[in-house]
Amino acid sequence: MAKEVTGTTWTVYDANTMTQAEIYGSVLCELGEKNEKIVGLTADLGKSTKIGIFGEMFPHRFFNVGIAEQNMFGIAAGMAKSGLLPFVSTMAAFTAMRALEQVRTDICYQNLNVKIIATHGGVSFGAAGTTHHCTEDIAIMRSLANMTVIIPADGIETACAVREAAEYPGPVYIRVGRGFEPTYYETEEYGYKIGEAVTIADGTDITLICCGIAVLQAAEAAKILKEQDGLSVRVINMHTIKPMDEEAVMKAVLETRRIITIEDHNIMGGLGSAVADVIAKSGKGCAFEKLGIPDCFCVVGYPEDLYCYYGLDCDSIAAKVRDVMGRDFEEDESWEDEV
Amino acid sequence: MPITENEIVKLKEQAKKIRHDIIDTTVWSGGAHIGGALSMVEIMTILYFKYMNIRPEDPQWGDRDRLVLSKGHGGVGYAPVLSARGYFDRDELKEFNHFMSNFGMHLDSLKVKGVDASTGSLGHGLSMSIGLALGARFQNKEWYTYCILGDGECNEGTVWEAAMSAAHFKVTNLVTFVDRNKLMIDGPTEEIMSLEPFAEKWHAFGFIVKEIDGHDFRELADAIDYAHSEKSGPVVIICYTKKGRGVDFMEDQVKWHYGSIDSELAVKAHESVERG
Repeated sequence: MAKEVTGTTWTVYDANTMTQAEIYGSVLCELGEKNEKIVGLTADLGKSTKIGIFGEMFPHRFFNVGIAEQNMFGIAAGMAKSGLLPFVSTMAAFTAMRALEQVRTDICYQNLNVKIIATHGGVSFGAAGTTHHCTEDIAIMRSLANMTVIIPADGIETACAVREAAEYPGPVYIRVGRGFEPTYYETEEYGYKIGEAVTIADGTDITLICCGIAVLQAAEAAKILKEQDGLSVRVINMHTIKPMDEEAVMKAVLETRRIITIEDHNIMGGLGSAVADVIAKSGKGCAFEKLGIPDCFCVVGYPEDLYCYYGLDCDSIAAKVRDVMGRDFEEDESWEDEV
Repeated sequence: MPITENEIVKLKEQAKKIRHDIIDTTVWSGGAHIGGALSMVEIMTILYFKYMNIRPEDPQWGDRDRLVLSKGHGGVGYAPVLSARGYFDRDELKEFNHFMSNFGMHLDSLKVKGVDASTGSLGHGLSMSIGLALGARFQNKEWYTYCILGDGECNEGTVWEAAMSAAHFKVTNLVTFVDRNKLMIDGPTEEIMSLEPFAEKWHAFGFIVKEIDGHDFRELADAIDYAHSEKSGPVVIICYTKKGRGVDFMEDQVKWHYGSIDSELAVKAHESVERG
């Protein structure tokens, strides 16, 4: 059953006691009560992904296909074709890789209304090892035409994203973590909209563009840098990787001229690459760094240790900012005339 | 209602016309999967001209029966059926495979009227069909889903993931066909990757199995009627067919899985179809 919550939307009081996935499962129950077209599918991970909460509330609308992810996404495509609104959940690794062709060919190619909530994203299931990490999904999913790709910052933003996805046309991929990732937001009332980045701290010296667990860390880093270094750090929560809010990126390029991207993903092909595409296309130069998993298979460990090891924690982010701030990239004073 | 002699005569005529259209489309296309298109002509003809409840003038009609051509490379055998059934003009087939055409070898459901699912990568269609059938059942709809698999396609593991789930969910508003022409690209199925005992495999996965001559309209009709009446579990109809059926020089020839024919060879092919 869905947990008793403090209100009709989610607040920090709920988010501190529930995982992103638990909030997802409970929000799906709310949506299911309003929209009888919603069905849920999983592949023997009803408990782990928390879509099982929906299954307990609506057993006749819940389909557990066993350990057969490819079949599951094919069935979801057929259900969407029949007029239903399938929400599908398994781990990110088995979504983006095991069942990639079904996601791409059955769902995206036919532009079907299937909502995928993939759990255990990035290295959030750190101790499980590489088979259960997924540091490739952003790169994979953003290369699929018709797909919308969302990495919520925390449980509260997961609630917002799941609610919006139910109304948003076409295939949507939402990646969440595994456990009790600390929450950034305190309420849902901050104007979440798919495709619109949220500037959670304004600044003029440098911009941190981040998603998922990196949002809270970047926000903390900005506070540290303001207090200790007197730096004005802009922090952008780029929760939607695709379609990307290019305007927010370009504003950061022009107004701060230094950008660091931070993500729980391989630095190849993810948020950082998507931001780099926007910058390169503009023809404007800026100092640029990508923080993430440095194109390797992640070591084993608990996620909080892994985030520190790979420099995604607030102290490492602050150190990287100092490094980039020290760089002289403005020798050419006619930079603004070059385009 | 059992099929009548008169219906069979008409279906045979229709099948012959479709074979002619497949040959013409293969010429226009510059190359297509003609062998497996010809082997499924009777299956497609009886579905589209006797059984399927459809409205070609309203292709997206919500209560229509659905067909998923899981052996999606049979597109050159599918588009002529849809055109003959009135979904679009036969002249459109002249664009098959051409630059910017709506018709590629593997038909796109967003571009070709009447196509219920985009297929082409093997092992996907049965899963989608089960999704459609479960969707119909969940919404208390009466429509049926028909799925046509190739036999070589049944090498794909996902076919068996899907088969397992069809039985588990007791999907009985779905009729599955296998075009058992016993040939795949590189050779006979039993040499490349043996499928036998094929019927037993389906049975073991929880299907009720019918084995028939896939070119015989009476056997097809009896099997489909049976499948419609059977409510204890999913039914698969294994249709023993000949690849290249109807064109004498293509029949049972591995090399005619995919091929091109020029106008000279097309004349011979048309003559062979006419002779019957």
